[in-house]
Amino acid sequence: MSFNNLDTLYRQVIMDHYKNPRNKGVLEDDSLTVNMNNPTCGDRIQLTLKLEDGKVADAKFEGEGCSISMSSASMMTQAIKGKTKEEAVKLSHIFSDMMLGKDYDDDIDLGDIEALQGVSQFPARIKCATLAWKAMEKGMNEEDTAK
Amino acid sequence: MNAKEIRELFPILNQEVNGHPLVYLDSGATSQKPIQVIEAVQKYYHNDNSNVHRGVHTLGTRATDGYEGAREKVRKFIRAKSTEEIIFTRGTTTSINKVAASYARANLSEGDEIVISYMEHHSNIIPWQQVAKETGATLKYLPLQEDGTIALSDVSATITDQTKIVSVTLVSNVLGVINPIKDIAKIAHQHGAVMVVDAAQGAPHLKIDVQDLDCDFLAFSGHKMCGPTGIGVLYGKKQLLENMEPVEFGGEMIDFVGLYESTWKELPWKFEGGTPIIAGAIGLGAAIDFLEEIGLDQIEAHEHKLAAYALERLSEVEGMKIFGPKTAANRAGIVTFNLDDVHPHDVATVLDAEGIAIRAGHHCAQPLMKWLKQSATARASFYLYNTEEDIDKLTTGLIKTKEYFSDVF
Repeated sequence: MSFNNLDTLYRQVIMDHYKNPRNKGVLEDDSLTVNMNNPTCGDRIQLTLKLEDGKVADAKFEGEGCSISMSSASMMTQAIKGKTKEEAVKLSHIFSDMMLGKDYDDDIDLGDIEALQGVSQFPARIKCATLAWKAMEKGMNEEDTAK
Repeated sequence: MNAKEIRELFPILNQEVNGHPLVYLDSGATSQKPIQVIEAVQKYYHNDNSNVHRGVHTLGTRATDGYEGAREKVRKFIRAKSTEEIIFTRGTTTSINKVAASYARANLSEGDEIVISYMEHHSNIIPWQQVAKETGATLKYLPLQEDGTIALSDVSATITDQTKIVSVTLVSNVLGVINPIKDIAKIAHQHGAVMVVDAAQGAPHLKIDVQDLDCDFLAFSGHKMCGPTGIGVLYGKKQLLENMEPVEFGGEMIDFVGLYESTWKELPWKFEGGTPIIAGAIGLGAAIDFLEEIGLDQIEAHEHKLAAYALERLSEVEGMKIFGPKTAANRAGIVTFNLDDVHPHDVATVLDAEGIAIRAGHHCAQPLMKWLKQSATARASFYLYNTEEDIDKLTTGLIKTKEYFSDVF
């Protein structure tokens, strides 16, 4: 591996999300809050979600972590806005398959998320990329059990 | 001491990673193993494998001799009075937990204090948190000075007559600081407290004399000092160990078993319930032979030189922030740093692409990370097989990392 291979990891769009994170912050009011850590490395995310009529009306994140975890959080919040809960969870499963290098459903337009595909070649970094998605799934599950 | 020749004895170091010769700078997490240790473990399984202390047959005697022979090597290695004071465990974590579970739970109650420091590894924090919760004792922290060292005036100010346990690391796994354990032990004893030493990062690199330090308990792991994983040591002063109850009960540790009551074997075996880690102990014995043949003084001097060189070279990298003391005085071969706005995980990934292995994260020291006001840091740690060339490669790698990320940004 050389620095050229690193370019498959650190794609321009990833660095853009890292430097200019979308949806950074905390939603107020009665939004759903999920905190999640990656205990092995200290990455931390707080995700706030606003659900209306079964859809994600808004999503924001706060946290500390590497370029991969923070850009993935930025992309995730962007991707799930306007989606139903089921669609958001499905997207998370697709993302997980992508990280594991499995074939994934490519009928759905993944947009920026596609750029994270290279992470699958860096096994030590997969957990960085999936942190925000795991947080989102946890939030959706909690919302279900709360009902 | 010739690090280049020593390196040849470590087969794993002779490989390429991602197209570059491996530069292993993560010995603080675990050290590599010389051929002597690998062969000792292999020879045991090949020729002598048997259970210990049941020595009617020949293999049983060989296994027992190997296992108990390793105990004697450990005794000499840390200059303990007797092998009765050397308990084999699974590692530093288990050793400290044994002191917490046995000594601390029996001797502490509400109003008592446990004193640790801000630079402790989680394994020298959490056992005491648990003891404090269960006994009602208070957990207190020794503050750190600006450069990450502990001032004896703070030790005197923190330890009181209510303090029953003081537990401090010999060498910080993050800051590389070597703590004045002998002086801290003295203050602890003046107040009637026992001194526990986490020597996980100390034993591999420094000559230890438990009688000179006058510590009451000392814990370390085999795998950080060229030995196998899964073996560690708890040293304890005999008169303390004699009055402590075992933590694990079962085979190996008993004297007589009745239907409702049992009695324990004498020291050290009463603390070694179950079939012990025989191959691990024999491997640790071989590691001690290996380290002593080179000489701990030599190893310490070599690492001190590497630490000084690393501090100098890394300071050349633009945007470098090094944590802990700025000079190599009282510093072991550990240098922890951050590179401007590049996250340590990203630093570690870019270095890995160059074949350089470092650690990134919180290093199992979250309270210290909080004190440093960092969520994570990068750490390079050195051992007897590292050379100045490794540090040159690290420096070049870090400069490239910086350039790489400034391009992407």
